[in-house]
Amino acid sequence: MQATVAGAQRADARAWLLVVAALAVWIVLYRTILPFWDWWVYGVVGLDPATRLGGAVHFFFYDVSKILLLLTGIVFVVTVLRSFLSVERTRALLGGRRAGLGTVLGALLGVATPFCSCSAVPAFIGFVAAGVPLSATLAFLIASPMVDVVAVTLLYGLFGWQIAALYVGAGLVVAIVAATLLGRLRLERFVEGFVFETRVRAGVDPALGLGWADRFALGLDEVGSILRRIWPFLLVGIGLGAAIHGWLPEDLFARIAGPDNPFAVPLAVLLGVPLYTNVVGVIPLVAALQAKGLAMGTLLAFMMSVVALSLPEMILLRRVLKPQLIAIFAAVVAAGIVGVGILFNAVL
Amino acid sequence: MNVKVLGSGCANCQRLAANVQLALEHAGMTAEVEKVEDIAAIMGYGVTATPALVVDERVLVSGRVPSPSQIEALLRGV
Repeated sequence: MQATVAGAQRADARAWLLVVAALAVWIVLYRTILPFWDWWVYGVVGLDPATRLGGAVHFFFYDVSKILLLLTGIVFVVTVLRSFLSVERTRALLGGRRAGLGTVLGALLGVATPFCSCSAVPAFIGFVAAGVPLSATLAFLIASPMVDVVAVTLLYGLFGWQIAALYVGAGLVVAIVAATLLGRLRLERFVEGFVFETRVRAGVDPALGLGWADRFALGLDEVGSILRRIWPFLLVGIGLGAAIHGWLPEDLFARIAGPDNPFAVPLAVLLGVPLYTNVVGVIPLVAALQAKGLAMGTLLAFMMSVVALSLPEMILLRRVLKPQLIAIFAAVVAAGIVGVGILFNAVL
Repeated sequence: MNVKVLGSGCANCQRLAANVQLALEHAGMTAEVEKVEDIAAIMGYGVTATPALVVDERVLVSGRVPSPSQIEALLRGV
């Protein structure tokens, strides 16, 4: 036992050393990509920065490399931090809370807990059976996909930290308000009966006994799996974004989807529902459209609808929720998102 | 040895099942690998985050996909 403890400590020290070295490399890369693409696109290839083609090509290469670097760094750090929490710990933190505080906590923990929406069903049953209020459970399930680390990273890379922070705040508010409202409606009768009868054995804590080396390995694994999944969408999205950036007229959307059109936000939310998998391709695209006059509130509402109202998740939840509750759930969340979009269009 | 992969058929569950197969082959072990997709059965193990790995009715991993070598170490420890 003594030997394995010393071995684990050595592995942790080595892992920390590697992470610090990787951080140094990351910072150097992040600082050099802009001068590098300036030199490559304008110097070596010889495109003119003043032409549409030159601007679009530079935009494409610079944005792709910047977003890939940001995703690698942020997903890694977030995954390592999240490894200190688990669905089991969150459930223990939320169990037996009163609805008000529990709902706020549920939304916050939805952001902080490592969670894949494919576990929505066992998590839902586990929460409800452990005495977590329905509103806190729903707040968790709404906030978790909405404040998605990949989506927030892309917003940060394309719009800056203010818009990213605004999105996180708005996502939390929608989750808390929608879940509170749903909790008030006494919807427990629309939850399939077997959920309340399920006896939950004391869960195993998957975060138990993880060393730093294991946590870093988890982070690396997550970065790899996310990048493998999203790179085609990212390339297509930024490619189309670059084309829009260069060639579409400046005021294209100012007339049809500017802040003055009251139908723009609900329409954007409806459009977002079927686009659940492609948030990575969608964000660079709408970022380019924003530069052409698409209103910011409409854009944020569209993004929230893409990530939060996902058809496959609704189908999964059908196993524990009756159709009436799923319909009310979707309607309340959609209304919340529309409200946030209209509010932002009015004040931004 | 009896090995169960718990999860309702999502991508991560399939990755876990594939990694278990690789780990067994690499270790030269034979085991019955069973996929458990029924939600009530999954809950019966106290698992709230899928995928999960159950060996001889003990939950060893839940909510993540360990590498084949990590699974091999876990299987040897049983």
